[in-house]
Amino acid sequence: MENLHLEGSAKTPSIHFDAAAGKLELKGRSIPENSVEFYKPLNDWIDAYGKSPVAETAVDVKLEYFNTSSSKCILDLFKKLESISGHSTNVVINWYFEEDDEDMEEAGQDYQAIIGLKFNIIEVEEI
Amino acid sequence: MIKNDIYELYQTMERENILLSFKGVVTSDLLTSVLSIMESKMDYMDESPKTKKKVFNVLVECLQNLYHHIDDGAESVDRNIERIEAKSALFMIAKKEDQFVISTGNYIDRESGLELERRLVAINGMDKDELKHYYQEVLNNGSVSDKGTAGLGMIDIARKSGNKLEYQFLPVNDTSSFFCLNIKID
Repeated sequence: MENLHLEGSAKTPSIHFDAAAGKLELKGRSIPENSVEFYKPLNDWIDAYGKSPVAETAVDVKLEYFNTSSSKCILDLFKKLESISGHSTNVVINWYFEEDDEDMEEAGQDYQAIIGLKFNIIEVEEI
Repeated sequence: MIKNDIYELYQTMERENILLSFKGVVTSDLLTSVLSIMESKMDYMDESPKTKKKVFNVLVECLQNLYHHIDDGAESVDRNIERIEAKSALFMIAKKEDQFVISTGNYIDRESGLELERRLVAINGMDKDELKHYYQEVLNNGSVSDKGTAGLGMIDIARKSGNKLEYQFLPVNDTSSFFCLNIKID
């Protein structure tokens, strides 16, 4: 299947979804006024990917900022990944946050509390 | 406006250490510009990355609240208030004694105001842990409107600012109020 690559913008993250490698990356900032429109193609891609995924799927979330409009969309994306995990792929979420950014660390924990996937919450110097 | 008024406004802004203020219709492009200006200003002021992130996050939520609110509330705000006035808002970003303060003001119809006030009272009654759980609950169970709002904005502002939300609803006439919000960020 086709990979999904989107350039980042002032209000949206860069997207690199690679089906053959089972690597999904969201990086940058996600602060659009209406996130639903931005996240729809991502969800559609995961639907298609879920039909023939590779054995290990790694999702790297490297967000500097995200707004509450995005937070719901990110949850829906994780729920979609949760629904494809365990059948023919094992999904792991790698949630990155910059050192001292407790808010972003807590945001990762918020998702971890809701979603039944393995979460690695990883501190890095710079995203 | 005569010269004295301009000077008075200047002095007020100087005294309050206002970094940026705007009154008018809040559009998506305006938000992009304001956020970019505030990022540069904070870089210039040599703020810690932690403070910059907090201020930026709270600012995004406050401004997007104005953007969405104005979109849906303006139609129902009293006809006596000129339509363009009902659609416009005020916001200010200041730095007072090491604390960033974000203030916003906008018209709201009385009924929506009462509902908002109930939510603000509930949020202000919660401690850090209660806010965390409330956020997770709304995140997981709430639905998203077609504008992409999820009812999480005020909870997120309270969580990230680390302070109680200061607010006031000023009655303008029988059907509308002016909603003032003041957020102090630690």
